[in-house]
Amino acid sequence: MMSAAANPALDLEQLYRDSNVAGALEALERELIGLVPVKTRVREVAALLVVDKLRRSVGLEAGAPSLHMSFTGNPGTGKTTVALRMAQILHALGYSRKGHLVAVTRDDLVGQYIGHTAPKTKEVLKRAMGGVLFIDEAYYLYRPENERDYGQEAIEILLQVMENQREDLVVILAGYKDRMDRFFSSNPGMASRVAHHIDFPDYDEGELLAIARLMLENMKYRLDAGGEAALREYIALRKTQPHFANARSIRNALDRARLRQAKRLFEQRGTPLTREALMTITAADIRASRVFEDKEKIA
Amino acid sequence: MRLTQGTFSFLPDLSDAQVRAQIEYCLGRGWAVSVEYTDDPHPRNAYWEMYGMPMFDLKDAAGVMAEVDACRKTFPRHYVKVNAFDATAGWESLRLSFIVNRPPVEPHFALEREEGAGRLQRYRLRY
Repeated sequence: MMSAAANPALDLEQLYRDSNVAGALEALERELIGLVPVKTRVREVAALLVVDKLRRSVGLEAGAPSLHMSFTGNPGTGKTTVALRMAQILHALGYSRKGHLVAVTRDDLVGQYIGHTAPKTKEVLKRAMGGVLFIDEAYYLYRPENERDYGQEAIEILLQVMENQREDLVVILAGYKDRMDRFFSSNPGMASRVAHHIDFPDYDEGELLAIARLMLENMKYRLDAGGEAALREYIALRKTQPHFANARSIRNALDRARLRQAKRLFEQRGTPLTREALMTITAADIRASRVFEDKEKIA
Repeated sequence: MRLTQGTFSFLPDLSDAQVRAQIEYCLGRGWAVSVEYTDDPHPRNAYWEMYGMPMFDLKDAAGVMAEVDACRKTFPRHYVKVNAFDATAGWESLRLSFIVNRPPVEPHFALEREEGAGRLQRYRLRY
């Protein structure tokens, strides 16, 4: 039997509070609307890391956990934002020394002629050391239709570093779900080194509206009642149109609404303006969008 | 004979942990770090060979350490040094340079001054 002294109670709560994980998780909760499965997975990973840290503090070494991740989902579902938060969480728990995020695409890793790829990939890896390397649209690295494509070389260097320098670097691969699945099935080495697969679902209309409200709040704008109804209609219409990129489309729509609001205010110059008027986006600002025009055309 | 060039050269060789700490300091100040090597440590040989490009925008010493290790492995019998270049306006020069690898047996040489015709000063190597 172990005595109480040899087996002291460990304070998980204390460790959780002392690390800044709580702050990062709360920010994730506050700044990201919806994404319940993603938040659950991130919290699971954070729990694993907190417990692992506690285990290590009492001498239960299990080796550095593999933290490489794959984020799959449609454009504008928050992959980059979550990656940024993930970097903070890893930094708060000491799994990443600097906690910075280096976001790259194929162009940054793959060279244009023989002997160009390795130095390029290595340079990016060196920049990302101590932080998180975020590879957007990672499947472009692998082009099976061209066997002499230099992407394969970049993948091999990546794999080597992902395996041997796990304590220096966390790699997050991101992209569309179906293409990522194909990428992993044709690169088993990569698949076996990525432990956490997180799928980002599309937002529904209510969530998109909440995102719009949050964005406007951050930009110090607000919608009047008519504006909100118009935006709700806009979202429903925009969702059915091609090239819909979730939160990114909403951001673009709001940027254009701001433009129209400024134009509207500018045209009625001479009349006194209130602070309220400067902040308010009305139905007219949103209904002038091309999205509504197309609807009329169809009708 | 022990080569005394650059910072820390009168101290015992730095351990890897110490080299890493020095590099962290350099990166923390935003300096670009590079690795160079040579087999000719003549004091007037100011141009050592570059091992790869200077490394810009690094946040962590791990990248430089990997490069230092690779250089040591490739040239175990050469001198290897780490340079830190400060690109901020008004400096644009090396801030720190220190040796991180020495050959197992360092060549023995000394410089001797000798006077030539007129007032000409020459330097001669003495092994």
